Amino acid sequence: MSVGADIPRVDGLDKLTGRAAYVDDVAIPGVLHGGTIRTPIARGRIQRVVFDPAINWSDFVIVDHRDIPAGRNAIKLIEADQPALVADEFRHKHEPVVLIAHRSIHKLRDALRAVRVEVEPLPAVLRPDMPLTPELLQHGSDNVLKRLAIRKGAGEPGREAEFQALFDSAAHIIEGRYATGAQEHVYLETQGMVAWQEDGRLVVRGSMQCPYYVVDSLAYFFNRPREAFRVIQAPVGGGFGGKEDFPSNLAIHAALLAEKAGAPVKIVYDRQEDMAATTKRHPGVVRHRTAVDASGKLLAMDIDVVMDGGAYVTLSPVVLSRGCIHAAGPYACENIRAIGEARLTNSVPYGAFRGFGAPQTMFAIERHMDVIARRIGMSSVELRRRNLVRDGQTLATGQVVSDGVDLPSLMDAALTDARYDERQKLHADMNSGAGSHPYLRRGIGFATFHHGSGFTGGGETYLASEVWVEGHADGRVEVLTAQTDMGQGTSTILSQIAAAQLGVSADLVRVATPDTSRVPNSGPTVASRTAMVVGKLVEAACDDLLKQSGIGTTKSIPRDPSGAIKSWHAANPGKRLIGRGKYEKPAHIQWDDKSYRGDAYAAYSWGTYVAEVEVDLRTFAVRVTDFVARQEVGRVLNPTLARGQIQGGVVQGIGWALYEEVVLDDGVMKNCQMTNYVIPACADLPPIRVFFEESPSPFGPQGAKGIGELPMDGPAPAILNAVCDALGIEANEIPLTPERLMTLLEGR
Amino acid sequence: MANSANDRAGPGAGESGATETFNMSFTLNGAPVSRRVPLDARLLDVLRYDCACPGTKEGCGEGECGACSVILDGLLVNSCLVPAFQAAGRVVTTVESVAADVASALNVTGTSQCGACTPGIVMSIRWLLERPEIASNVDLREFLSGNLCRCTGYDGVVAGAEAALTLRGIPMRGVARPGPGDRGGSRP
Ligand code: FES
Ligand code: FES
Repeated sequence: MSVGADIPRVDGLDKLTGRAAYVDDVAIPGVLHGGTIRTPIARGRIQRVVFDPAINWSDFVIVDHRDIPAGRNAIKLIEADQPALVADEFRHKHEPVVLIAHRSIHKLRDALRAVRVEVEPLPAVLRPDMPLTPELLQHGSDNVLKRLAIRKGAGEPGREAEFQALFDSAAHIIEGRYATGAQEHVYLETQGMVAWQEDGRLVVRGSMQCPYYVVDSLAYFFNRPREAFRVIQAPVGGGFGGKEDFPSNLAIHAALLAEKAGAPVKIVYDRQEDMAATTKRHPGVVRHRTAVDASGKLLAMDIDVVMDGGAYVTLSPVVLSRGCIHAAGPYACENIRAIGEARLTNSVPYGAFRGFGAPQTMFAIERHMDVIARRIGMSSVELRRRNLVRDGQTLATGQVVSDGVDLPSLMDAALTDARYDERQKLHADMNSGAGSHPYLRRGIGFATFHHGSGFTGGGETYLASEVWVEGHADGRVEVLTAQTDMGQGTSTILSQIAAAQLGVSADLVRVATPDTSRVPNSGPTVASRTAMVVGKLVEAACDDLLKQSGIGTTKSIPRDPSGAIKSWHAANPGKRLIGRGKYEKPAHIQWDDKSYRGDAYAAYSWGTYVAEVEVDLRTFAVRVTDFVARQEVGRVLNPTLARGQIQGGVVQGIGWALYEEVVLDDGVMKNCQMTNYVIPACADLPPIRVFFEESPSPFGPQGAKGIGELPMDGPAPAILNAVCDALGIEANEIPLTPERLMTLLEGR
Repeated sequence: MANSANDRAGPGAGESGATETFNMSFTLNGAPVSRRVPLDARLLDVLRYDCACPGTKEGCGEGECGACSVILDGLLVNSCLVPAFQAAGRVVTTVESVAADVASALNVTGTSQCGACTPGIVMSIRWLLERPEIASNVDLREFLSGNLCRCTGYDGVVAGAEAALTLRGIPMRGVARPGPGDRGGSRP
């Protein structure tokens, strides 16, 4: 049985021996190197572009907005408001204006320094809470890119008085404000794309998560049918959401240059350009006002979420929606009003980042729960025990939880793993009283949380994903999907799922490289959807393949699928044997996109994370000294890969909580180097102790649910709760850098 | 030549000749190589674009991430910070020459995910494998901190280093290891 087995990563040996050919690793004869000339300030109008006459520009391929088909200068995403190349007015610093390419990268670099973009400045919005004046308006009447509301019970429209009454009569009203910073992805491989013409088509190969997003934006931009393009995924050196939307921009740039040059063009960003000019996690501010009764029950939650969307709409509406849907946490509160806004600022657009809005709101609610506990004099554990959602109860959108998970016992198990009670007593002795340490303080904290698998609401229905499984004449099987393996193990788990469903050994199955000329559109590799949603389609396609090759799907009868595939080919020479799986909405899933009511996700994964920290009062440095990550994720498909993905996500969360500060200057990241944007290194971390609970879900293959984003949600609140436990303070803003902690402690 | 360091670091033969070039001979993964490269080329670019060894990666270009780690005459170096001429006449070892059994041991333990940091991590581990006396006394978490990885959270990397050392029969001091009821091995 290959599902649940520790099959080594199928792409692992290529990566460990240097054979895996990433986009910049392939030598392409005659390739030109492309570079980007960008706007110098946050907002303004281009007056002229000045090319230094000392350079022989006839040597270069040069592209600007005039090379773009009329009316098509836009990157198509949710809206088409972001130009591929600025024509006149621009909305952020480092917006692309001119593209140039040359055979020599040395000459390219000199030339990039020899172009000056002269501009007329316009007033810029540099913070989402900046008061608006008419000359700052750039989107609609209020610069709000998206506004939405999630309402439940007395939080519904028309019941304001009732909602207010809950607060008026509550034993406690607890308020808090929780702020999270931007976060840079720091995938170790920077963005890169190469484009060339072949057989009348534009071919693009590069580092990306969503080949069909790239095809769609090329088709829109060039105003040609999808078939005019072929997009091939190169091995991806990390994505985390950073290669969800941005690669479309880069593909368009490389394609524009390649078409004008009549030669292949490669654009590979260096680290500084990548950090300065590409998307980041949305900074967020969440305000909570909660009515709590004397027993600690949450009576009503009034939540206000504001996200900084940056200069264009990009993915902000859906990031905001996932954020708001998760904003009330995994609690059974009957009356909720959660209002969200994504606002325009003249910053580089914020984009997809692992968790997609939920880490921001989950940080807020999980800090807020500790704040409530402290203020009403109840333990954090007891407060959660009284409010965690149980089977038959509903989440914020009215979705009934019915997957049989027992959240209080998940929490208890995690606390036992971490020896929570025992550690709390030890810390109390160390932190205060006669035996207290001169400058070290220790604390322990935790967070209980959930994350929806797959696209929000009707998203999966709209995507209508399709997967093929092809039986080849040699009896081998190939899984064809658009799912990219950026390190999370897609190729391995999809081959395991197919092998298990077909009843063949995993080494008879391979997973195709996503190439839009030969794989169907199984949707983007985002939103914790690959294992659960696409994996389920792989199973359906396998069943279809078995049926077509004359074998039933009853596993009890002895059978030889590989032999049957060979026989089919012998009887049908020259034909292809393809099993197909197409997404069908599970009948009882109901969602209303307008009111945000219903089943927001087919399934949720659940977790309790416990962090122990040590704070040094001399340096104000916080160190995580133990970390327990316990989660219920349905069936675990491959324990080593799953554990690795959780550990990596937790460490990214630790970085976001403590170390990773994006310093903005004129709307762009000033510390755009790995030297001064600090991600965690091995010695900064304790081992991340991972525990799985497996309660198989009917929605995923063999019961699997999503795990990719979940581990980003828990670490930051668990760590901040631990710091607050250690110091007896309220710290509600991350990253909690030593500077920020010092200000907090010295300011009190 | 497509994609050469000549191209990347400065105009080489056939171009305007503004940058001085020199003929560089060294031993790469056991074989002699000789290439004409600009005087200011980085070793990283010469390996990637002139010697067809693109396994070595660039993560940051400024000595911070360790993705470009190679072994130069027994020294573990960041090849993005090494001027190529410093490698002339010397011995360079890169990820392409990793032994198959070491690679499999690392694969089984989850050392690599996206693979972009992996070549550097493989080289750090290999450097250690050649120095049993250091390997037996070093804190692996400290030692591996010159290689930044954004995917694994490092537990898979540490497990890989342990597996490789075990494979070569090199004893280690206790390492922090996750596990039920385990509070972190010998780490204080
Ligand atoms: S690329 Fe050399 S250290 Fe990062
Ligand atoms: S495996 Fe992706 S950066 Fe280490």
